[in-house]
Amino acid sequence: MRNFSQTRDETLPTDVPRTLRNWRVDDFSLLIGTALAAISTTWIIYTALTPATGKTGFFLISYIAFLFLYVMTCTLELGKQNAFDNMWTVLTWSAALLLLAPLTTILLYVIIKGYAGLNVEFFTKDLSATGTLDSGGGASAAIVGTLQQVFIAVLISVPLGLLTAIYLNEVKGRFRRPVRMFVDAMSGIPSIVAGLFIYAVWIIALGNVFSGLAAALALSILMLPTITRTAEEVLRLVPDGMREGALALGATRWQTTYRVVMPTAASGLITAIVLGVARAVGETAPLIMTSFGSTAMNANPLNGAQDSLPLFVYRLIANPFAAQQQRAWTGALVLVIVVLVLFTIARILGARASGKRR
Amino acid sequence: MDTGEVRSFNRTDDPEQDQPRVLKRSLSKEDRVYEAAAVAGGLSTLVILAFIGFFLFARSSLVFSEVGWGFFTSLSWRPDASPPEFGIVAILYWTVIIAIIALAIAMPLSVLTALFLVEYSPRSLRGPLRALVDLLAAIPSLIYGLWGLFFLQPHLVGIAKWLSDHASFVPLFRVNEPTFTGSAFIVSVVLALMILPIVTSIVREVLEQTPPGEKEAALALGSTRSGMVRSVMLPFARGGIIGGSMLGLGRALGETIAVAIILSPSLVISPRILETGTNSIASLIALKFGEADELSLSALMAAGLTLFILTLTVNFIASFVVARSRSGAGVDA
Repeated sequence: MRNFSQTRDETLPTDVPRTLRNWRVDDFSLLIGTALAAISTTWIIYTALTPATGKTGFFLISYIAFLFLYVMTCTLELGKQNAFDNMWTVLTWSAALLLLAPLTTILLYVIIKGYAGLNVEFFTKDLSATGTLDSGGGASAAIVGTLQQVFIAVLISVPLGLLTAIYLNEVKGRFRRPVRMFVDAMSGIPSIVAGLFIYAVWIIALGNVFSGLAAALALSILMLPTITRTAEEVLRLVPDGMREGALALGATRWQTTYRVVMPTAASGLITAIVLGVARAVGETAPLIMTSFGSTAMNANPLNGAQDSLPLFVYRLIANPFAAQQQRAWTGALVLVIVVLVLFTIARILGARASGKRR
Repeated sequence: MDTGEVRSFNRTDDPEQDQPRVLKRSLSKEDRVYEAAAVAGGLSTLVILAFIGFFLFARSSLVFSEVGWGFFTSLSWRPDASPPEFGIVAILYWTVIIAIIALAIAMPLSVLTALFLVEYSPRSLRGPLRALVDLLAAIPSLIYGLWGLFFLQPHLVGIAKWLSDHASFVPLFRVNEPTFTGSAFIVSVVLALMILPIVTSIVREVLEQTPPGEKEAALALGSTRSGMVRSVMLPFARGGIIGGSMLGLGRALGETIAVAIILSPSLVISPRILETGTNSIASLIALKFGEADELSLSALMAAGLTLFILTLTVNFIASFVVARSRSGAGVDA
């Protein structure tokens, strides 16, 4: 645009790109004015007419009042059509803003509640020698348990998930429609059902005891669909030309997949795994009936009840004593931090994966 | 090579030669192993699902032989009565009710959010907002439960009280006793927040596929943006919205820990959603597992089987609807 005008007429004063924004000052003042009016109306309703029902109620009523007043003024100023149009804009904006509310309050609340108990001891000691009223002690048994269980679950579910994704997108076998449907359905099975299933098979039918391994089996059932779906989508991004090139050069199908397709999609595949881990790390329900939980350190995932972070939190939060509740909140904070870190890793790798190809 | 032979390539008079070549795949040994492994991996999903159904069914046979069809017709769940009573009706009722209320709250919000992400938001906000929605999906349900119980419940109790005081002409909002904690309403709000991300991302995916030509045509004919959204985008995405909400429903039906933390168990079927006392199959299993003897364990397995079949059915219908609504994008298979 600028180049054009420069070549034509150097002295043209209107050498400024037009702003495409269709908001006017009027719109802003209308918005702010009605918002103020709504808040003051609600204030009157609250103080004079009905007894107070807390901040949430105030917020809700003033929002409804705002919407009503805004649509009314817009109808007067701009006509019915535009008023309706503006209402939709306001509604979508508020829905998106509302999403921020749970996220920020969850993070802040867990940080505030859990921060006080966060110290070195929390990571180095277990609760076997700590009474319910004592301070001190920590979640080392739970952390070790979570690490081992998730690690074993990764060992089981990653090969299976990648193979399934390869089946769906590389081998393109005969059953890929039903398989894809079943993977979708599997991603929706309740986590508690996965736990019950492992309990029924591994512990009742095969006669094993509660163990970290049983928990890992249940977790891998839950991770499998996440890994498969994400990995399949990533494999789909690999251009067909690369596969054809490899095959034309004489590579076998296996070599094509292993040496060409998978390295190309590597960071995306890691994203898939990380997302699966993030799903598994916070699962609580299936662990109740597979690893059961314990206060003492058990570093052997193959035998005996084992603790894990979600179980640690779930067990202690039900405890009436302040020291135990504090530990539960700190455990929750650690859990949230782990999930946040995993999520960030997945985002960064995922962005790199899709950036490379566009 | 003389010309006669070349011509015979193009136009054969001999019908014997006019046969399409048979294309045969001859794979090396390595490739055969590779393909067999991939097929095995692919089929493992089917096998696992079949196993889950089979084992839950096998383990629940005890309770079915004990109480028979009473399991699906009786209201009470009393493992310590004599004889013990196992009826899932009330629990199933509350499971469905809280899932539906959660969906009713989450649905409009997620459609609006998806519209915002696709159509209304400034371009620079789209990436971060999408990340936020994904992050909401990644937060463990345990954390949602804690937050719902300790942070959200006190706020929601105020709203519930207000509704029961001033809107009790609606039967749903009536209460018999003025206790509001652990109610279906509070559980549903937390569930709604938990299913919001998945429904939003499915609706968003479908909305993004609205043909730009149709959108532009609507605008060129003089439609406002909201008119375009309502007459082009929403009808186009209808399948995705229905399917996405059913997937959300499946999630809400099966959610365990968050529900188990918040609810106060109740075995009474009532329409009073604001009042203390509700239930869900998943949380029943989580809460009763520790104290179960052989018979009630079998009853819990039967409850798990019911939940499994319920969520599987809902999810199948959902993925079918979503797959059909992605017109054009899903025909690669």
